[in-house]
Amino acid sequence: MSFDQKFTDQEFKVVGSRPPRPDGVDKVTGRARYGADASAPGQLVARILRSPHAHAVIRKIDTSKAEKLKGVKAVLTSKDLPDLTNGNRGNFDILENCMARDRALYDGHAVAAVAAVDEVTARKALKLIKVDYKILPHVTDVDKAMADDAPIVQPHIAQNNKPSNIANISEFGHGDIEAGFAQADVVIEKSYKTEQTHQGYIEPHACLASVGPDGQGELWVTTQGHFTFRTVCATLLGMDIAKLKVTSSEIGGGFGGKTHVWMEPVALALSRKANRPVKLVMNRDEVFKASGPTCSTSIDVKIGATKDGTVTAASATLRYQDGPFPGPWGMLGAMTSWACYDIANVKSVAYDVLVNRPKVAAYRAPSAPMAAFAVESTMDMVAAEIGMDPVDFRIKNAASEGSKASYGPTYGPIGIGPTLEAVKKHPHMRARLGKNQGRGMACGFWFNFGGQTCVDLNIGVDGTVNLIVGTVDVGGARASMSLIAAEELGIPYDRIKCNIGDTASLGHNDTTEGSRGTFSSGMATIYAARDAIEVMKQRAAKAWEIDVADVEWRDGAAHAVGVAHSNLAPLSLQEIAAKSPTTGGPIAGHNESVADGAGVSFASHICDVEVDPETGATKVLRYTVIQDAGKAIHPDYVEGQFQGGAAQGIGWALNEEYVYGEDGCLKNPGFLDYRIPVCSDLPFIDTEILEIPNPNHPYGIRGVGETSIVPPLAAIGNAVSNAAGVRLNHVPMSPPRILKAIKEQAQG
Amino acid sequence: MRYEAPTTTKEAVSLIAKAKGKSFVLAGGTDLLVKLKSGAVEPDLIVDIKRIEATQSIKKTANGFRIGAAVPGVAMGKSSALKKSWPGVVEAANLIGSDQIQGRCTIVGNLCNASPAADSVPALVAAGAKAVVVGPKGRRTVAVEKIPTGPGKTSLAKGEIIEAITLPKRPAKTGDAYLRFIPRSEMDIAVVSAGVCLTLNGKGKVTKARVVLGAVAPTVVVVPEAAAAIIGTSLDDEALAAMAHACEKACKPIDDMRGTIEFRTDVAGVLARRAAGIAYQRAGGK
Repeated sequence: MSFDQKFTDQEFKVVGSRPPRPDGVDKVTGRARYGADASAPGQLVARILRSPHAHAVIRKIDTSKAEKLKGVKAVLTSKDLPDLTNGNRGNFDILENCMARDRALYDGHAVAAVAAVDEVTARKALKLIKVDYKILPHVTDVDKAMADDAPIVQPHIAQNNKPSNIANISEFGHGDIEAGFAQADVVIEKSYKTEQTHQGYIEPHACLASVGPDGQGELWVTTQGHFTFRTVCATLLGMDIAKLKVTSSEIGGGFGGKTHVWMEPVALALSRKANRPVKLVMNRDEVFKASGPTCSTSIDVKIGATKDGTVTAASATLRYQDGPFPGPWGMLGAMTSWACYDIANVKSVAYDVLVNRPKVAAYRAPSAPMAAFAVESTMDMVAAEIGMDPVDFRIKNAASEGSKASYGPTYGPIGIGPTLEAVKKHPHMRARLGKNQGRGMACGFWFNFGGQTCVDLNIGVDGTVNLIVGTVDVGGARASMSLIAAEELGIPYDRIKCNIGDTASLGHNDTTEGSRGTFSSGMATIYAARDAIEVMKQRAAKAWEIDVADVEWRDGAAHAVGVAHSNLAPLSLQEIAAKSPTTGGPIAGHNESVADGAGVSFASHICDVEVDPETGATKVLRYTVIQDAGKAIHPDYVEGQFQGGAAQGIGWALNEEYVYGEDGCLKNPGFLDYRIPVCSDLPFIDTEILEIPNPNHPYGIRGVGETSIVPPLAAIGNAVSNAAGVRLNHVPMSPPRILKAIKEQAQG
Repeated sequence: MRYEAPTTTKEAVSLIAKAKGKSFVLAGGTDLLVKLKSGAVEPDLIVDIKRIEATQSIKKTANGFRIGAAVPGVAMGKSSALKKSWPGVVEAANLIGSDQIQGRCTIVGNLCNASPAADSVPALVAAGAKAVVVGPKGRRTVAVEKIPTGPGKTSLAKGEIIEAITLPKRPAKTGDAYLRFIPRSEMDIAVVSAGVCLTLNGKGKVTKARVVLGAVAPTVVVVPEAAAAIIGTSLDDEALAAMAHACEKACKPIDDMRGTIEFRTDVAGVLARRAAGIAYQRAGGK
């Protein structure tokens, strides 16, 4: 059945309300089951041996002593993971990241694994594995990796037929850059660096794998995309997709880091080899060293503007560090960098650069925050140079409906202008600042995505509804989908129970990423509900012995339309459901679709900071997020997404960073020295939801999960620069960096 | 791994003295259990000293205070007499970890873990605290600064344990203070720290002072030159600048992921200056 996906501007009864979250009681009482909370009879404990070197040839691995240790049931090396990828380099990269083959490519790269009867035995066994390494020169810095004499990370990658660490070059833009800069009264160029950060989810990667000798398997795992995990694991291990059932656990944070497989194929392979269920849980050190952080970057930005505040040209050169495997990260940086603005002459060139660090993974609006830091910092500098208010300067250049985006498309209705106008009106902008305090603001953009979705809706005989969606609930999917189903069916929210289906119970659902969950599953839920309504209308028509065309559905009941049927009392969902066993069987709705038309998302943030000029310490005093949600289905969750992204961005801006030693090894793989903000580091983060409907969704929904992390680096950078009286261009703006900048400024 | 929980210090000493392999004392366990879990240590014997009566309480004595080795941070914070006499020491002890950690962590553990960044140690040293050491050869009382000899190393001989920390009676017109720099607002480890204790005369001039820095050398650093710079003054700007300068000169820090040499050196002086200001007020100075 096909449905119209156009926005209809309908009046809502339950969408937009704030009922209690359905997973709340389980989560606060400890009943919720996360990745590490599953067990199976006879299960083994797995541990992974990891490279202590940043870059080394693996000459030999001797596992014989480990295999002989009592209690060890399987030992695994890359020899047990033959290359079944059929020339698909992307899949081979995933395989190689799961288990090093001839070379260890970073500190923490898996080289062998053990499954044993208990943790102590598994740890002992790891110590008995002897790896003969030949250490190679390494490179961990993005700029150094681009130098001609840099050690080569992946010999198969070349530029101009010469081995190179530059994996991809992406270019976007339009107009004539040189002509645009020639028209400018003011041109400002500035270089920036951002250090590598981790998503910092509290729950480590964890799974329980079980593969039988008959080739059938099950995987319980913490993931953002169990269908994708199934496809990848089955492909790497030569299993039939249908014979591997993957169940997603409750998830203790992912933020993009759980969109990729890291050690799940290893757990499955160990289970297959040992013929026993295998539980594998990373410790924190492994999470930092071997599950994808986001890129470190080095970015040059140049902006030219006339004295009236028109940006005549803008260009950016962006270098994104991908770890040892190529990703789309540079491209995403290039695409997002200028997306907030309508600029006649604009260009972005991005390089994906390979280094000896962990494989980079998506992190909430991946690549956009670093580009925004560079662009929005420079925008403030240009505004200051021409003597214009930074908000007015942005409003003057903001993209709007009909603007050609720097990355290609022409925008429909968008929220950048409205969020900036809201900034101007916000009382935060008029609050007084004290000594050593500064205010900054910045804008951000994220694309959002739709993709493949499949939803089932089953109505029980008591009239309660089981809704089964396949997009993992990382940010409120179950609450939002329940609200949408309740809205469509016309019944109360608490009559809906939404579950995340496993891979055996639904068609393929793309991973919960790209802020797609509420947009795509929301659309499929609407369609599945309407599908079930059709069934109920038919049941009513049959009971009334009238034409189904004379039946309409409203307020949770079938109504017979027309004077001829005015004697027929409406039949409620509950009444129709109660009779379903004898009127044709269970009532269900279903939808599978590819949701196109995701609405792009914009945000503007304001923040106030105080900088201690003697220590360089920054305190965030006040923070406001203004973002376009299209339509906020459950506003609590939308505000939570706004606040969560801002909180992560504040940590990234001020303290979080991967610190590598001269030896190429990570020096701070733990939450003590990798400093995410604690509660007392943050002010209450104020939010304002704007609703500019996405024309391509019946409810006007846009994704809201990611954009909130895009502006903070720049908003804080601008605030800190205003407070300290010196421009900061290196993230994190940690106390030593700020104090150094203040001192250098004072010394001239 | 063997676990023992004796009820007397003598038994504890004897267990450790006789132990073969690696033995560890367990009080709050906030360092040991973390190391155990991460695999950083693999003990053969753990001796839990929490059941020894002498380790369990804070006692006001004729000479000052005696704080048992198993007294958690939270108990120090609840002792109003201790807080009134040595607010800097109590504040330093209460900065360690989170609320949950405070329910367990001890100043003796903090001392014996021998981290140069230990929060309670500069404050204890500034206040003139002593450690009551019990070993196979008997008891001795040692100045706290003599216990750590380098990161993770102490001067304790095999079989020796610290039963308690003693603090003197607070002299008249005396105040102490401790400040640390951390990039976060809590639950962190000092990048650099300073403890100051000073005594004033009737005219508000400093007559005695102890200035102690943390996390700027392998052990805490007592800086007599910094103390000398403020003795005889009422902490005027010039004296404070001289004290800060003396602190900077005494720093021998390392560059690491927590801070640079330059940063630690600069901030050591800043913190000592600010801590001296607080101590001065607590001593009754205006």
